[in-house]
Amino acid sequence: MKYNKNNYKKVVDEFTPKNKILKNCLMAFIFGGTICLIGEIINDSFVGWLGISDDEASPMTSVVLVGLSAVLTGLGWYDKLGKIGGAGMVVPITGFANSVVSPALEYKREGFILGTAANIFKLAGPVLLFGYFSSFIVGLLSMLFK
Amino acid sequence: MKKTGKTFIIKDDVIIRDTYTIAGSKEGQGPLKGRFDMVLDDDLWEEDTWEKCELKMQKTAVENLKNKNSLINENIDLLISGDLLNQITSSSFAARELELPYIGVYGACSTMTLTMGLGALIIDGGFAENVICVTSSHFCSAERQYRLPLEMGGQRHMSAQWTVTGSAAVWLSNSGKGPKIKHVTFGKIVDLGVKDANNMGAAMAPAAYDSLSRHLQDTGIDYDLIVTGDLGKVGKSIVNKMFDEDNKSIESKYDDCGTIIFDVNKQDVHAGGSGCGCSATVFGSFLYKKLLNNEIKKLLFTSTGALHSPTATLQGESIPGIAHCLGIEV
Repeated sequence: MKYNKNNYKKVVDEFTPKNKILKNCLMAFIFGGTICLIGEIINDSFVGWLGISDDEASPMTSVVLVGLSAVLTGLGWYDKLGKIGGAGMVVPITGFANSVVSPALEYKREGFILGTAANIFKLAGPVLLFGYFSSFIVGLLSMLFK
Repeated sequence: MKKTGKTFIIKDDVIIRDTYTIAGSKEGQGPLKGRFDMVLDDDLWEEDTWEKCELKMQKTAVENLKNKNSLINENIDLLISGDLLNQITSSSFAARELELPYIGVYGACSTMTLTMGLGALIIDGGFAENVICVTSSHFCSAERQYRLPLEMGGQRHMSAQWTVTGSAAVWLSNSGKGPKIKHVTFGKIVDLGVKDANNMGAAMAPAAYDSLSRHLQDTGIDYDLIVTGDLGKVGKSIVNKMFDEDNKSIESKYDDCGTIIFDVNKQDVHAGGSGCGCSATVFGSFLYKKLLNNEIKKLLFTSTGALHSPTATLQGESIPGIAHCLGIEV
């Protein structure tokens, strides 16, 4: 065979279909933007209609979005939206909720403890780890330079 | 049994007596609609897990093949099977209830021709009269083992393939009528450094080219149809290019089961079908019937496998490919 590990990559690149970056970016903007818009509407409703303070409305909005995402994941709709919206469905907090609920659902057949509980953070684990770690660093810096 | 090069010549008759195919609903709506013996309505088939559904497919394929031909266990010498799951779960658990002497093999998506090739050698060696070869794959059980949870919202790469939900059982015998296995070429592992688990077609194409070209050189047979297992659009194009560069173009008589089982333009499967069930169900439902109806007389059937391990991929390893060829003649 005339191909080896060095020259085969060119052949692979020649025949591998490219991702439609422009279309994906546009869809991510629309879907991600829509989720943020929904978040803003919920937030403003809490503040304007229910008279909740800005500081309290913000985490409550996150809770509602996470809840909606979990329900959509359970109904089997979130992955269909994710297929079209791409990063727009992954990056917002709803994507984080989806990454927790989807393994939870998938592993429930292996039992509650060693299935669901052991695997629930399989995808979200790295996000949590780096989230905690970076907040620790930021906290440390703010304490040092206050 | 003799050898030419590294190809085994099957001296006595090894006849493919019959097949039985079960396909998932997406496969049942594809270009091979109406050709499968059974099509499932959903991906669980009244079971509570996808893994149980997959082993039920294997078990039912063998049982229905036996019933269709009034075969009884006393007349079957051996069951050879394999699948994609860890510890070849579907095969061993299906065999648990089939009560036949059992050999479990792992060849990833190359399993159909691997089991049939082994069966042919065992029959030709005079050790068995009737052998049943069976394999299966299931989209959901494969996805969760090799990739991400199904409900995870994200996008698949355009070169990714869709694991076929399906199973096929094949009855090989040393007597009776039907297409015969004449030559068997077992593949060498070929790995040209593809590390992208979303581009299995490209990872397997060099192995397919290697086995096909060795088989064609060893036998010198002019086949009516050459079919690979699950290279999909990407791998198929690469194999064509490699043969074109040798000035031995096979394009006019070459196809791939991954692009036969699904309509790649309409069924949203990206580069095509994959999995053990891909070449198995396409052979059992479509290619075998073509041989029976004399539409083709000489078929080179080559299942292709990406011997991919998620652990090895995470450790930076590339994906070893393999392809096993069967020369089948009417």
